[in-house]
Amino acid sequence: MESQSVTLDIRRLVGRFSLRSTSHVGRVSYLALEMARAIPEWRIWVPRMFEQAAAVGYGSLFIVGLTAGFAGAVTSLQAGYQFTGSIPVYFAAGVIVESIILELGPVLTALVLAGRVGARYAAELGTMRVTEQIDALESLGRSPISHLVLPRVVAGTFMLPVLVIFADLVGIAAGWFASSGALEMTNADFVYGAQYFFRPYDVWYSMIKSFAFGLAITVVPCYVGFTTQQGAEGVGRSTTAAVVSASVLILFLDAALAKVLLKT
Amino acid sequence: MIELKGISKRFGDLVVLNGVDFQVRPGETVALLGPSGVGKSVLLKHINGLIRPDAGEAWVDGMNVHALKRKELARLRSRIGYVFQNGALFDSLTVYDNIKLGITDEACADDEAYCRDRVAQCLDLVNLPQETAVKFPAELSGGMRKRVGIARAIAGQPTYLLWDEPTSGLDPVNADIIDALVEKLDDELGVTSVVVTHDVRGAFRVADRIALLHEGRIRAMGTPAELRASQDPTVQQFLERDLTIPVTY
Repeated sequence: MESQSVTLDIRRLVGRFSLRSTSHVGRVSYLALEMARAIPEWRIWVPRMFEQAAAVGYGSLFIVGLTAGFAGAVTSLQAGYQFTGSIPVYFAAGVIVESIILELGPVLTALVLAGRVGARYAAELGTMRVTEQIDALESLGRSPISHLVLPRVVAGTFMLPVLVIFADLVGIAAGWFASSGALEMTNADFVYGAQYFFRPYDVWYSMIKSFAFGLAITVVPCYVGFTTQQGAEGVGRSTTAAVVSASVLILFLDAALAKVLLKT
Repeated sequence: MIELKGISKRFGDLVVLNGVDFQVRPGETVALLGPSGVGKSVLLKHINGLIRPDAGEAWVDGMNVHALKRKELARLRSRIGYVFQNGALFDSLTVYDNIKLGITDEACADDEAYCRDRVAQCLDLVNLPQETAVKFPAELSGGMRKRVGIARAIAGQPTYLLWDEPTSGLDPVNADIIDALVEKLDDELGVTSVVVTHDVRGAFRVADRIALLHEGRIRAMGTPAELRASQDPTVQQFLERDLTIPVTY
């Protein structure tokens, strides 16, 4: 009897989870469709997009640079620790540059921005929802998608690859600097190692990942913020949910894109 | 003309509206009375399509609101001013920009000189000084925010005005000022208004007809005199609380 009720509960849980997930997928798809329909209203969303792009891009330079710098330096130190004496020192340069371009630059930048930008988007839109500002826009015959969502999504999606390039440069520079100090690697060794393992496709892969991560850190928080309910507590819940969901999605996309795009 | 036919709406297990029929004739002001949480605002939001009913239809000017396409709905909404309970002002914009957003005609909205004049006119109509235009909503009192919300709602010269609890949260003096404003705007602009309120005295002051929403349906509807004369105990119980002091209407 007891096991039967447990089974029923699990069924119910699975059922609820499936229903909720399907509902979210459906609503996100509808939001995407609404965004596509709002594209012709460029006079509304383009000026707002530039404002958002400045806030996302320029406003994130410090934290992105700091994260990438430390990541590059630590990668360099750890590579030195693992490789010293066993293989040629220029291998470490290859590991540093490739790790940063393929993985650390895009993923760390996206995770940092999921916190910084995703939380901001969810909180802004959530507050606008619970204070009826979004209803007010609609009641004035204006589309909240073209006024609020599309500028944020486009700005975030296109600024992330730019920030990733910046993060890659800072990370490689920090790795180079750290390796020359800690591993006693010459500049010639570093350049040789970096070039030896480098393939131009790596940069494309990094950019494709960044673009996908950019969509994740903008669409998810905008959706979560847009559907916020129940006052200040709801805004808090939405902000947390937006950051967690965007971060998890980044990790899933990272694995999926590695499998699809990197033919080994 | 506004006509709601058999509107039903539930949120989860909670049935909020259960087959509401409701009519507002051109040029009249109808007050929708009822205790807090009974679904008055929900009903109001059906009129301009902010909420979609589970059953029933909302008709405005012969158009089925919930069957309209996106652009048609936007055009209809531009003729319906909506005054939100807490103003719903865009807090990142100045009062000027908030009111300017209410100018729904695209050609007028692009004409900066027209916008300046119209914003100034709207501030005058709601008895706010012109200096208010440069302030942000956070710098205003509750009563002033409500008036800016009203100014934004009338900026597009609407045919209909929907008022969601215009006096809630205000002290009696400010509530009287807003009631006077509702009367003045209805007279001067000649709009058709629906005023959602739980303030019985205010409703008797501004409305041509009053409807009482009770348990998801319109329990009674009529002129203020007809409502006062109603023998329905629910109506009497609701009115008695606030009409112990005589009001003129």
